[in-house]
Amino acid sequence: MSRKELVVSALENGTVLDHIPAENVYKALDLLNLKGVENQITIGINLASKLNGRKGIIKIADKFFEDDELNKLALIAPKATVNIIRDFKVVEKKVLKMPHEIVGIAKCQNPKCVTNHQPIKTRFTTLVKDDEILLLCHFCEKTSGIKGLF
Amino acid sequence: MRKSLISIRDFTKEEILHVLETAKEFEQNKEQKFLEGKVIASLFFEPSTRTRLSFETAINRLGAKVIGFSDATNTSQSKGETLKDTIKMVSNYVDMIVMRHPLEGSSRYASEVASVPVVNAGDGANQHPSQTLLDLYSILQTQGKLEGLTINMVGDLKYGRTTHSLLQAMSHFNPKFIFTSPKELMMPQEYKDFLDAKGIEYIETTSLEEHLNDCDILYMTRVQQERFTDLMEYERVKDVYSLDAQMLGGVKENMKILHPLPRVNEIAQDVDDTPYAYYFKQAENGLYVRMAIISYLLGYR
Repeated sequence: MSRKELVVSALENGTVLDHIPAENVYKALDLLNLKGVENQITIGINLASKLNGRKGIIKIADKFFEDDELNKLALIAPKATVNIIRDFKVVEKKVLKMPHEIVGIAKCQNPKCVTNHQPIKTRFTTLVKDDEILLLCHFCEKTSGIKGLF
Repeated sequence: MRKSLISIRDFTKEEILHVLETAKEFEQNKEQKFLEGKVIASLFFEPSTRTRLSFETAINRLGAKVIGFSDATNTSQSKGETLKDTIKMVSNYVDMIVMRHPLEGSSRYASEVASVPVVNAGDGANQHPSQTLLDLYSILQTQGKLEGLTINMVGDLKYGRTTHSLLQAMSHFNPKFIFTSPKELMMPQEYKDFLDAKGIEYIETTSLEEHLNDCDILYMTRVQQERFTDLMEYERVKDVYSLDAQMLGGVKENMKILHPLPRVNEIAQDVDDTPYAYYFKQAENGLYVRMAIISYLLGYR
């Protein structure tokens, strides 16, 4: 395996999330519920990338995610790649798939939406229009852009 | 199966046509008390006269009893009870819930926590499907068909929920649309995208005079002050269109003017006496359509 792309120290077992837009690294940590976990986490921000200029990378030791969890990342990092590491080797590479529906993450942008006034889990259908990701609220039926939803 | 009516998109074309056919039956015979022994809740968390009275009359004419409130200030909501708890509690008492609430999406949420069917009687600026069905019924009754008609929508097309829902419902019937509005209140892009995707033709104009003579239905709306955050904008556009009898000289013979009411200045009183005015009959149609909606959702029609 080529180790030149792994700038920071190598991971024995765990997950490497690569090609995250530099500005969305903290959001990615939020989406994957990594705040406060005990695992060793290495974060890189503003690393040089051939594809995107500046990228972010997150390495989580001894943690393997369900596909549904990982796919939430597609909302903020559609081009991210996921490497599963076992015994210092990349044993699997995953490509993210945009989830059809997202529940309990993101806030509806419509100030009159019932989810902003009552204790209700938000629910959106994702729509992709000309490269832009839109979220259609299950409750108020309004569509919001992805920016500012987190 | 328990079925609710929250958004006009919840009904298929076949269901829409079925409800309209049933409404015809009720228009011919208003006294059909087959819901005797049933209790229906009428929960109006926001004031409304036309819609509430029309629903409650429909319930009474079908023989069921009504419980409920017409204003949320005297309820436990004012003590901080959640909408979920109110709906759960009421569900235990009744066979159906009719509700209006100022928050958008509240009816959808209620239908998911209730154990009985919920009819949305308006959730903020979002949906008001019984209005849409009565608009369709009025179009069907005046034109004898729904297919291939030209609908000219006038006024606030940006915030007007009735125009958005009517557009979605009419899209089943090969319509042509004319959107007459000031620049500030044009039909939102998402609805135009929806029409483009379905290959439905539309024209946009700012002039009321321009397309009076080539439409079958003139759907007038009020510019609603309560939807505006910018009052300067409201002042600029509130009286921009005013239809009077003189303007109707060259219209098609079958043309009818619809308006969800209340009207302010957008239709002059002298239009009421022309053969084109249909808005009072349209409001009456609401009764038959609401009787049909209730009967259908409870499995009686």
